[in-house]
Amino acid sequence: MSTTATTRTAAMGEGVFSSLRYRKHRDRVIELILLAAALVAVFTTLAIVFILVYESAAFFEHVSIKDFLTDTQWTPLFDDAHYGIMPLVSGTLTVTFVALLVAIPLGTIIAVYLSEFATYRMRETVKPILELLGAVPTVVYGYFALLMVTPFLQKLIPDLPGFNMLSAGLVIGLMIVPYVASVSEDAMRAVPRYMREGSYAMGATRLQTAMRVVVPGALSGIAAAYILGISRAIGETMVVAIAAGMQPTLTFNPTEPAATITAYIVQVSLGDLPHDSIGYQSIFAAGLVLMLMTLVFNLIGFFLTRRFREAY
Amino acid sequence: MNTSMNTTLAEKAATPTFSIAMEERKVAAASSAKAIAEKLDFWYGTNQALKNINLRIAENHVTALIGPSGCGKSTFLRCFNRMHDLQADTKYSGSIMLHPENINLVAKEVDPIEVRMRIGMVFQKPNPFPKTVFENVAYGLRLRGFSGRTELAERVEKALRAAAIWDEVKDRMNESALALSGGQMQRVCIARALATEPEILLFDEPTSALDPIATAKIEELITELRQRVTVLIVTHNMQQAARVSDFTAFMYLGELVEVDATAKIFTNPSKKATEDYITGRYG
Repeated sequence: MSTTATTRTAAMGEGVFSSLRYRKHRDRVIELILLAAALVAVFTTLAIVFILVYESAAFFEHVSIKDFLTDTQWTPLFDDAHYGIMPLVSGTLTVTFVALLVAIPLGTIIAVYLSEFATYRMRETVKPILELLGAVPTVVYGYFALLMVTPFLQKLIPDLPGFNMLSAGLVIGLMIVPYVASVSEDAMRAVPRYMREGSYAMGATRLQTAMRVVVPGALSGIAAAYILGISRAIGETMVVAIAAGMQPTLTFNPTEPAATITAYIVQVSLGDLPHDSIGYQSIFAAGLVLMLMTLVFNLIGFFLTRRFREAY
Repeated sequence: MNTSMNTTLAEKAATPTFSIAMEERKVAAASSAKAIAEKLDFWYGTNQALKNINLRIAENHVTALIGPSGCGKSTFLRCFNRMHDLQADTKYSGSIMLHPENINLVAKEVDPIEVRMRIGMVFQKPNPFPKTVFENVAYGLRLRGFSGRTELAERVEKALRAAAIWDEVKDRMNESALALSGGQMQRVCIARALATEPEILLFDEPTSALDPIATAKIEELITELRQRVTVLIVTHNMQQAARVSDFTAFMYLGELVEVDATAKIFTNPSKKATEDYITGRYG
């Protein structure tokens, strides 16, 4: 190290290695720019957490955490105000559950097909189209749920209300299929060819190879795809706001209308509540719960991914 | 057809000198043939990778395929279990007759899955599945419908013993096979192939990813295996071919140049090309 320094000092005097110093400076500048870009994301996250906690703290000065967690009504904007988050949580979980019931089987089957059965040409045609589906604005999906899916479901379930979680959940499920399928397919294709050949050489069919070797081998990636899907479903806003109704109801029955956390936040944000009112602060408390739920699922996903990670 | 062919081969083999006849390359005087490749051609698309291969694989012996990179030896090996069928745009012509039933392994109407049920393969890179040691060896058995716990356990143990790995893994049966060393993984892969009692076992450069000690163990294993199974091995390592095989076939540019008893190939080859290759003049 000291040798380098001496050499450099000596050389700089002669002007021979001045380009080295210039290059080092330039590298340092580029490194700082890259670091700054990375920090933007970190600071944004920290800022969001800070605002959520800060405003929620003000909220919890008025509402005890016990009431927040145990009250079965959520009516912050009524004269007789109740602040029980559970109706919103139940709505969120129900919609998410219905969505996953669609997205996980469908997404996995599509991924298995694309990765193990489809010809190269088929895969290169279908995958971009599938990914295009993920680029459709969610508001379009919302009206699709309200104006197409709900009327259709009403033919099957005659007394289904016009706003219901079933329709919203099904459409969110369809909406996140591309994510689940695309990420799962990437994970399956990352399973090395020699592993598949080992299975075929034992006399396995394509389906046996896919289900017994490729899927287990790609499990960590598939788990990541599912978690991504869950996070998307929990955080989805427009579809539920449009198609699932706006009344917070403590129910796990998908054929009923109910509000989710995100739908409530949209509803209040669109109104004209004064900034220091408790109703306004309640959206931050709700947002904090939403973030914690997503965090829990991501943590589960993280541990699952580590648990099933295979080093080939 | 089968019997007549055996008779002709036996008759010709009875002559004391190994004449390397063009149509029939008889290599085993004493043993019967397990498989015979005749006029075998193979194409990747329009590129002909194998040209008119005629080779007799002696039952319960080890036959080595040697030759420089790209000579088609792995391509030839993979015809035996129809691995090429996994790729689009490949074509076989000619035949590889499996004895004693005389099934043409490369015929279109023969189901490649049936072929692979009877002919096992061990690959260049150890490729255990992301499962436990036990489930790796039980894989082929489960595909064939075995499910009884005790019967599976018995067959798995038998296969692991035959692959000389039982003592090393008997207390690690429920650990992931991917946690083993390279040499152990390769022997688990051999056990996996042996568990279903294949008639022919194909080795595609089985030791090229292993260290010398692991290599020595695998080589010793291969020489023992010939008592229970017919072995066909592709190797880049000529010393390995000399050590493990009874017969050696030299391939060059998609053609079979010469086949003979291993001792003869390495001491007194008939063809100039073979001699050049084994003395290291090219390849």
